[in-house]
Order: sequence, then structure tokens, then C-alpha cells
Amino acid sequence: METAYLIETVIKIVVILLIFSALAGIGTYFERKVLAFMQRRLGPVNVGPFGLLQVAADGIKLFTKEDIIPTNVVGRIFKIAPVITAATAFMAAAAIPFLPSFTLFGYEVHPIVADINIGILYILGIMGVGLYGPLLGGMASANKFSLLSAARGAAVFISYEVVTGLSILAPIMMVGSLSLIDFNDYQAGGFTTWIVWSQPVAFILFWIAAFAETGRTPFHLIANDHEIIDGFGTEYSGMRWGLFFIGEYANMFFISFVISIIFLGGYGDGSFLGALGLLLKVAFFFFFFLWTRAAWPDVRPDQLMWLCWKVLMPIAVINIVITGIVMM
Amino acid sequence: MFEAIAFYLFAFLTISMFYIAVTTSQALYALSALAAGMIFISAFFFILGADFLGAVQIVVYSGAVMALYAFGMMFFDTTREIKEKQGNKAIVLGLSIISAILVVAIVAAPIVGNNIEALYPMVEGAGNTQEVGMVLFTKYLVPFEVAAVMLLVAMIAGIVLAGKKMDLSLTLMSEAEIMMMKEEDKNKKALS
Repeated sequence: METAYLIETVIKIVVILLIFSALAGIGTYFERKVLAFMQRRLGPVNVGPFGLLQVAADGIKLFTKEDIIPTNVVGRIFKIAPVITAATAFMAAAAIPFLPSFTLFGYEVHPIVADINIGILYILGIMGVGLYGPLLGGMASANKFSLLSAARGAAVFISYEVVTGLSILAPIMMVGSLSLIDFNDYQAGGFTTWIVWSQPVAFILFWIAAFAETGRTPFHLIANDHEIIDGFGTEYSGMRWGLFFIGEYANMFFISFVISIIFLGGYGDGSFLGALGLLLKVAFFFFFFLWTRAAWPDVRPDQLMWLCWKVLMPIAVINIVITGIVMM
Repeated sequence: MFEAIAFYLFAFLTISMFYIAVTTSQALYALSALAAGMIFISAFFFILGADFLGAVQIVVYSGAVMALYAFGMMFFDTTREIKEKQGNKAIVLGLSIISAILVVAIVAAPIVGNNIEALYPMVEGAGNTQEVGMVLFTKYLVPFEVAAVMLLVAMIAGIVLAGKKMDLSLTLMSEAEIMMMKEEDKNKKALS
């Protein structure tokens, strides 16, 4: 029994790893196409039909490029930093139920690697650890701009983790559990039972904080465009830089899953339509990340801190207090 | 069997990480090894079935070590090795081994001495998180509240220490205003 469980878990891990690594690649294609459409350009068109094979071309380039380790860097830390980003992104996925459980060849499959009963806490914790990737990469690079970017990134992550945690506390109080499956079952009654209707404030706060957690554009201070260079990734080349990229895109997909499951009903009653609905919601949130990047400039660091500590955090605390009073 | 494998794997990893943290002279290695060791410790909580404490260990210590990185950034050039003043190595080694043994003995003595039993047995049907909450808000309510007050005191002290000129923002001031402020500061120093 235990061996069967082990084999099943390993298969699940491999499948999730393969699907989301591939999705991260295809995500870059979508990002370029969507940005091009919104900025009246064509985007990638030359490689393959509609430029679809551009992903493969980029992959070949990244894998075969020389892996340069500059002279003055702290070697081991410099090498391990991109791995931390990618690995923690996928580790966080262990507690996310990607689809409702289904039967395959008479064997019931639960598409979640580990159904631990503290799912959401684990996911947020591991995503917090993911910050060590950019931080170590920047600090080990022996480059002033990388170091600046790492410091900025750490400040943004630590601040917005407060907003993430506080905003999600109100839904947790309503559901009374930290497991994402319990969140889903709480909203299984259909459209009207979604938590977003009873916790709209928490939903918006969590959504805003998700941009900071993944380091996407309005809060893209971690690789600041104003400095024309790629922040903590300046000294990186080849696949090590690619790992940072895979981590960022995988994180975007996973946080989209988390938002959909916590606030928008997840896969609902577990039917085929419900599963399709979950994928559509995830696709919408992923598209929204790209949409924001095309529509908004980066904000200044001091504006970002002002938004976090003087606007979002008080609202989140008030939201928790009101939720508590209503529940009593 | 898998539990035993996991335990020995993570025990080895944790000890080797803390060994690196103590022995290396490179600040970045030490900090990263410390963070990794803290996160590996959470594996023991997961093996014991205390999922909540495991996740809290990850959340709390990854954030705490992050603050150490900030200090590292301020005080050292983290890409260079640090020359430490080293006294008598034998004395340091001997004292630390003795104190480690003493700590283990002090903690283990009551367990061996009078067969400690769990006074608050597991509540049927309550999850891991609920159980921590029940104990925290019944038996350990007073220490919990005292800890909360201490954190509040620390926070207010931090605000007071860091709060000089907090109402001014250099990015929002014009060049002339900043120059004027500098002049005033100079005058104050000259007067005092």
C-alpha cells in the first residue's frame, strides 16, 4: 500500500513538473503576443505558424548558451540562487488541488500531491521562501545594481506578505480550515456561494498582493526597468537566467490557481464543467497579469510602500475585525 | 520505513547546514546555510504530524533570517571573506560541547525523572490547527498575551527610534526645500 502511494505521488510530481515547465515556456509566448496586440505590434511571427515555435527556439538558445560565472561572484550561492526560485515555485504547488478527483482506468486519482490540512499556510510560506532566489542572486552577484534590486525586492516581498496573510485571514475565518479542498467544498453550492461575494475587499487585496508576490509589473521593482538592466539577473546567462524565468511564470500560474480556488469557487461540485471553469478562471487571472503589464507603468518604491503600509494593511485589518464581528 | 529514511536524511541535512553556518568565514554562506537549516527543521514537524507548526517554522524563520541578510548587507561586503578574530579554539570547542550536553540534560531530566504524560490529550475530530489554538487560548493564554504585549512594546520602540523626520519625504520635496533643510541642520549643529 505504501509503495503504491509512493509511486502515485512520484508520478503526480513528474506530471505537474512537466506540465508547468512547458506552460511557463508557452506563457512567455502568450505574454509576447498579448503585449504585441495591445501595443499594435505583431510579436513573434517568423518561427513556425503564428510564431508558435518561438518557444522551442528560445528553449534551444537558453539550454545551449554558455553558462558564465563572473570572476568576483560568490560561486556556490550564485549558482544555487536560480534553483531556489524554480524549486520553491514547484514545491508550493504540492498543496494545490489542480482538478477535481477523477477515475482513470478504474483507479481514483486526486490531482493534488499532498493533501495536508494546512495547505494555504504552506503555499504562502514556500512562496515567501522563493524570495531567497532573487535576494541571493542579487547579493552574490558582486554588482551594485543587482544588490540594489535584491534589497528592493526583499522590502517589497516582506511588506506585501503582510497584506497577503491578513487579507486571506478573513476567508479562513469563514471556512474554518486551511485546506484548499475545504475552501473548494465550502463554495460547492455554485455561483452564489463564492467567497468573493461575501469577502470582496479581501479578494481585491489578495489580488493586488499577488502582483507583488510574483513580482509582476506594477510592482516589478525587483528587476527595475528604470535602470535598463535586469536587476538581480544582470550577471546571469543561459539556463540559470532561464530558471528565474520558469520560477516567475510557474508562480504566476500557481497564484492564479490559489486565487480561483479561494475566492471564485475553484472546481465547484467536481463535475467536468466545474474543472473546465477552474481552468478558465486561471486563464483569466494569467491574462490579467499580462494585461496589467501592457496597461500600467511601474510605481515608485516609496509609492509602493505607502500603498502597502498606509492603505492596504489598515483596510485588511478593518476587514478582519468586521468579519469577526459579523461572525459573532 | 519511509519515516526513518526521511528522519535520517533531514537530520543529516540540518546538522551539516548548521555546521557550515558556524565554520565558514563567508557571510553569505553562513546566512544561507542558517536559512536552509531552519527550513529543514520544519521537516521534523511534518514527520511528527504537526503540520501547522511545520508551516509556521518555515514562515517565521525564513522571514527572521531575511532580516539578518539585511544586516549583512549593511555591515559587510558580502562577496568578500571575513577575517575573524579567533581566540583559543580548544576552549571554545570544549565549552560549547559541555553547554550543549548540559542543555540536553536539563531538558531531558524531567522527562526521564517523572514520566511526563500529556495533560492536554488530543481532541477527537479537531484538526492540527484547532488543537494548537485550543491549547494556546486556554492553558497558555497568559504567556501568549505577555508575548503580544512585548511585541507591541518592541514595535513602538522601533517606531520611536526610526521615526525622526518621518513626516518628510525627500522625493516629494523640491530641490530648494531640501537645501534649506540641510542649511537648518548645519545651523543647529553649529549652535549646539
